[in-house]
Amino acid sequence: MSEHTTSQEAGPVVKTTPEEGGTEHSPHHPSDWEYVKVAIVLAAITLAEVLVYYVEALGDWLILILAVLSIAKFAIVVLWFMHLRFDSRLFRRLFVTGLILACIVYGIVLTSFGVWTR
Amino acid sequence: MSATAPPAPTDAQGSHHEMPAGHPPTSTGLSNEKVAMWAFLGSECLLFGALISTYLLYKGQSLEGTISPVDVYDIPYTSVSSFVLLMSSLTMVLALANIQRGDHRRTRIWLLTTAILGASFVGGQVYEFTVFIREGLTLSTNLFGSSFYALTGFHGAHVTLGVLMLLSLFSLSLKGKLPTERAETVELVGLYWHFVDIVWIVIFTLVYLIQ
Repeated sequence: MSEHTTSQEAGPVVKTTPEEGGTEHSPHHPSDWEYVKVAIVLAAITLAEVLVYYVEALGDWLILILAVLSIAKFAIVVLWFMHLRFDSRLFRRLFVTGLILACIVYGIVLTSFGVWTR
Repeated sequence: MSATAPPAPTDAQGSHHEMPAGHPPTSTGLSNEKVAMWAFLGSECLLFGALISTYLLYKGQSLEGTISPVDVYDIPYTSVSSFVLLMSSLTMVLALANIQRGDHRRTRIWLLTTAILGASFVGGQVYEFTVFIREGLTLSTNLFGSSFYALTGFHGAHVTLGVLMLLSLFSLSLKGKLPTERAETVELVGLYWHFVDIVWIVIFTLVYLIQ
């Protein structure tokens, strides 16, 4: 089993081993430290969500704030961890098409059943 | 395999992307497996959209006097579970980064860590379900019970499948059958794993926090 090997055959994917001081595995992907920073941001947003949940004074604003925080977390994971920010646009289109289709279809279903006006 | 790797292909929009080494050329210039995974994840949006919509549709429609979300939810507990799953996305992406740079030892560490975090999440969910059942909320108690268990149960099944795939990758790596050239396999499992994470981000907000 090879440990810490450098493949010269992996095209643009592989650059250097950790022993060589390299941290970059792809010209377009973030380094490990950047991933950790993204995770810290996600953890902070989760903490904010939970804290906001206990603030009763927010009233109806709570839903809006939680929705914004949730969308932010969703986007950060998709763009950074799933690499949609760096990968081909075709992947983005495939995923966003499914996402938008789901929002439209179920938005219509929920609206027709009067969920928003209860 | 040729020692001189071809330049990174560029799609119609001019954005660069990566094809695994030794991958046969495709009409899109992209890995077919990765295209298929993204199409699958797009279709999964519709599956979870249906389950989330059903939950929202039945929200507050249960018979009065029966158990409701406020009676059973333990937000601090579920917040910790959410945090665990969120951090498993970090360890997953670190596993991918390490296999792409050929560090197989660290790849195994991160794969196993991700599997453990995922299993912890599922274990937490099983414990939560047992608590709810003890408090009187079963699949057939009311509309809330049916839609809640259907939604979170489907998600839990997805996480369980992800854990099994991660353990398979870990096992393959231990046997030396997961070389750097097969990094795309880890990437595909990673995409699935991140997807179950983003689904939980939505469930946590819509089901638990917005009551």
